[in-house]
Amino acid sequence: MKRIITVTVINQSGVLNRVTGLLMKRQFNIESITVGHTEQPQISKMTFVVNVEDEQKLEQLLKQLQKQVDVLKVNDITEKSIVVRELALVKVVAPPAVRSEINSIVEPFRAATIDTGKNVVTFQVTGNPEKIDAFIDLLKPYGIKDLTRTGVTAFVRETQKVHTPQLSIL
Amino acid sequence: MKMTVEETAQMYEEPATTEAPKQLDGADVLIETLKKHQVEIVFGYPGGAVLPIYDALHKNPIRHILARHEQGAIHAAEGYARVSGKVGVVIATSGPGATNVVTGIADAMMDSIPLVVFTGQVATTVIGTDAFQEADIIGITQPITKHNYQVKDVADLPRIVNEAFHIASTGRPGPVVVDIPKNMATSIFVTSEDATDEVNLPGYQPTTTPNFLQIQKAAQAISTAKQPLILAGAGVLFAKASDLLEEFAEKYQIPVTNTLLGLGSIEGDHPLFLGMAGMHGTYTANMAIQTCDLLINVGARFDDRLTGNLNYFAPNAKVIHIDIDPAEIGKNVPTEIPIVADAKEALQALLGQNAPNGNTAAWLESLKVNQAEYPLHYQASEERGLLPQQVVELIHEYTNGDAVVTTDVGQHQMWAAQYYKFNSPHNWVTSGGLGTMGFGFPAAIGAQLAKPDAKVVSIVGDAGFQMTLQELSLLQEMRIPVKVIILNNQALGMVRQWQETFHGERYSQSLIPVQPDFVKLAAAYDLKGYKIETYEDAKVQLKEALASDEPVLIDCRVVQKESVFPMVAPGRGLHEMIGVKPE
Ligand SMILES: Cc1ncc(C[n+]2csc(CCOP(=O)(O)OP(=O)(O)O)c2C)c(N)n1
Ligand SMILES: [Mg+2]
Repeated sequence: MKRIITVTVINQSGVLNRVTGLLMKRQFNIESITVGHTEQPQISKMTFVVNVEDEQKLEQLLKQLQKQVDVLKVNDITEKSIVVRELALVKVVAPPAVRSEINSIVEPFRAATIDTGKNVVTFQVTGNPEKIDAFIDLLKPYGIKDLTRTGVTAFVRETQKVHTPQLSIL
Repeated sequence: MKMTVEETAQMYEEPATTEAPKQLDGADVLIETLKKHQVEIVFGYPGGAVLPIYDALHKNPIRHILARHEQGAIHAAEGYARVSGKVGVVIATSGPGATNVVTGIADAMMDSIPLVVFTGQVATTVIGTDAFQEADIIGITQPITKHNYQVKDVADLPRIVNEAFHIASTGRPGPVVVDIPKNMATSIFVTSEDATDEVNLPGYQPTTTPNFLQIQKAAQAISTAKQPLILAGAGVLFAKASDLLEEFAEKYQIPVTNTLLGLGSIEGDHPLFLGMAGMHGTYTANMAIQTCDLLINVGARFDDRLTGNLNYFAPNAKVIHIDIDPAEIGKNVPTEIPIVADAKEALQALLGQNAPNGNTAAWLESLKVNQAEYPLHYQASEERGLLPQQVVELIHEYTNGDAVVTTDVGQHQMWAAQYYKFNSPHNWVTSGGLGTMGFGFPAAIGAQLAKPDAKVVSIVGDAGFQMTLQELSLLQEMRIPVKVIILNNQALGMVRQWQETFHGERYSQSLIPVQPDFVKLAAAYDLKGYKIETYEDAKVQLKEALASDEPVLIDCRVVQKESVFPMVAPGRGLHEMIGVKPE
C-alpha cells in the first residue's frame, strides 16, 4: 500500500542520507521524496511516498524513522485530510500546426507555458500526482521531449488537525 | 627565497618573557571531555590523523591499551563495556584504522553495546579529495551506528562528545562514531558563549517509564495465566535488573528462560530457570515457549535464532513485551501488551501492582518432568576422547560458576552457553547478533581490565582464535591474567556440523588439519601453554591453570565430529528439535 509520510528533521548535514539509508537498509521502497526547510531554517521537512506491504511493516517504518536521533517527528498522513501537490515540467513537441490544439488540451489543467521554441513548448503543471499523470498521458501522443517531476509534497489541512496518535504504544 | 616584511619582523622578534597560558586545542579538549565522563581506559591504535590526539593523551592519566589490531581494540572495548556497564572508548586513525573497527561497530550495534569510537580523519580542507588515508567512515558506519558525527568546527567538539556518550549509554545502548578531522584536533579551541555541558537532543528522548495502563493489563494477564513464561534478554542486564527479575519470577512462580545474550540475568541453577532457549536451547525451555499461555519478554528482541520459524512460535501465548526500544516491539512477534520501558522500571511497576498470584504449580511440575526426561546430554567415553562439553563443565567446576566467561563464535560458544551456569550477572560476554569470529579473546582482555580481580576465562575455537590472536602480546605486557582455553576440534566446527547435517557430510573448507603449535605460540608471547588430550589430563591441567594468577593458554584437543544438540534446524519451529535424547 502506498503511504505518504512526513518526517521533520534537524537540518544537519547528512540527515537526508541517514533517512534514505535507513529506508534502504530496512528494504523499504521509496517512490518519491521531497525535502526543504520549514519556517525555522534549522528544521527541515521531508515528504516520502513509500510502498509498504502491510500494517506491521508500516509500523516498523514509522518506529525506525522515529528512532533516528535527528528525527523530531514522523507522521503517516495518508489517511488524513491533506493537500498533496507535485510539480512537473513537460517539454512537448508542438509545431505551429498543432500548437493551438495542445493549448486547448492544457488549458483545463491550468498549466503555465514557461518556455516556447520553434517546435517545442515547455509547460509547468502542479496538482496531485493523478492530475499530473493525466496531463502527461494527454500530451504523450504529441511527443514528449523532456519531463521532470518533483515528487509529492503534502500538508495536513488546518480544519482537520485532530491529533491521531502516531504510535499506538507510546 | 624572499620573505615578506612581517616574516622578517617575526624572525627578529624577542622571545616572549612570560609564557602565555597554553591555549587548548581540539585534542586537549577531547581528552578533558573524556575525563569529565570518567573515562579510565581507552583502547586504540595510533596513526597520522590521530597523532595530535595521541600527543594530548601522552600527558594524561587516562590509560591507553595498545591493541595489535584495531579490531582487537574494539572487541576489547566491547568486553570492557559489557562487564563494567560503562561506555567502551576506542580510538583509531583515519582510513584503514577506521575501516578496521567496522566489524566491532557492527557487532556492538547488533548487541546494543555502548561504545564511543573516535576515528581520525583527514583535514577538513581535503575531505572529499581521496587524500592519503581518507575513508568516508561516516558513510560507511551510518547503518551500523546508533548515531555518528563528524566534527566540522572545533567549538562543537565538547558538545558532540557529550552527546556521543549520552546517546551510547542511554535508552537502548549502542555504538556512536565521532570522526575527528586532523585539523580539528590541532585547532585552537574557543568555546562559544552558549556552550553548556547539558545535552539537548529534542529528537532523542528514550522512554524509560512504563505506561501505567499497560502495566495494569500485564499484571492482570499474569494473575490469570496458568502457564506463564518469562523470556529474559540482555535488556535485563543493561537495566541492572537481575535482582528484580528473580524477585518477580519467584513472587509469581513463573519459570524463566534466557536468550543467548540474557544468560546470567538469573542464576544458572535457580529452580525456576529452564536454561537457554532457541536454536541450541534446552528441550524444556523451547517446549515451554511452544506451550505457554503467556509469554513475558523482558528485554529481548525475538531474534530469529531464538524464535525459529515465526509461523510456529509460541502458538498459544499472549505476549507481553517489555523493551526500551519501541521499534523492537511487534517487529517479529505480534504483541498484545507492549510496554516501552527500561526493564528495571517495568519490573518495579509490575511488582508494585501486587496482583494476586495465578496458580502455576501444575505448569512448573510439567516442566520439571521435561527437565528430568530431556536434560542436555553428551556421550563421553575414554575411546571417544576428550569432549568439549566436558571441558566446559570442568571450567565451571573449577571456577565455581563465578568466572567471567567470554566466547568466540561457533560450537564452543553454544557449549559454553549450555554448560556454564553463571552465579551472577554481567559475567557472560559473547557475540550474539553479528556472530563475530575473533571477538572472544580480545573481549576477554577488556573484561579483565574492567574486573581486575575476576577470573576471566576465554573459551574460543581454534579457528576464531586465529582471527585475533595477535592480542596475546597484551597479556604479559599489561599483566592481564586471562585464561585462554581453545576447544580445538581442528575444524570450523559449526560449519562442519551444518555440512554434516544439511550438506551430505561434504566438509568443504571446514576441516583444518594444519594449525600452529598453540603451546609454542604461547611461548613466543612469553606465556604458559599446555596441550590437553584426555579427560584425565584436563582435570589436572585445567584445575591448575584456573587456579593460577598468570595468563595461560590451553589447547584442548577435543573430538572433532561432536555436534551441538539439541538443535532447531533453520526454518523449523522450536518444537521440531532434533537430538533431544541420546541416540
Ligand atoms: C568473521 C566470521 N567469519 C565466518 C563466520 C562463520 N562461522 C561461524 S562459526 C564458524 C566456525 C568457527 O570455528 P571455530 O572458531 O574453530 O569454532 P568451533 O565451531 O569449531 O567451536 C564459522 C566459520 C563467522 N561467524 N564470523
Ligand atoms: Mg574449531
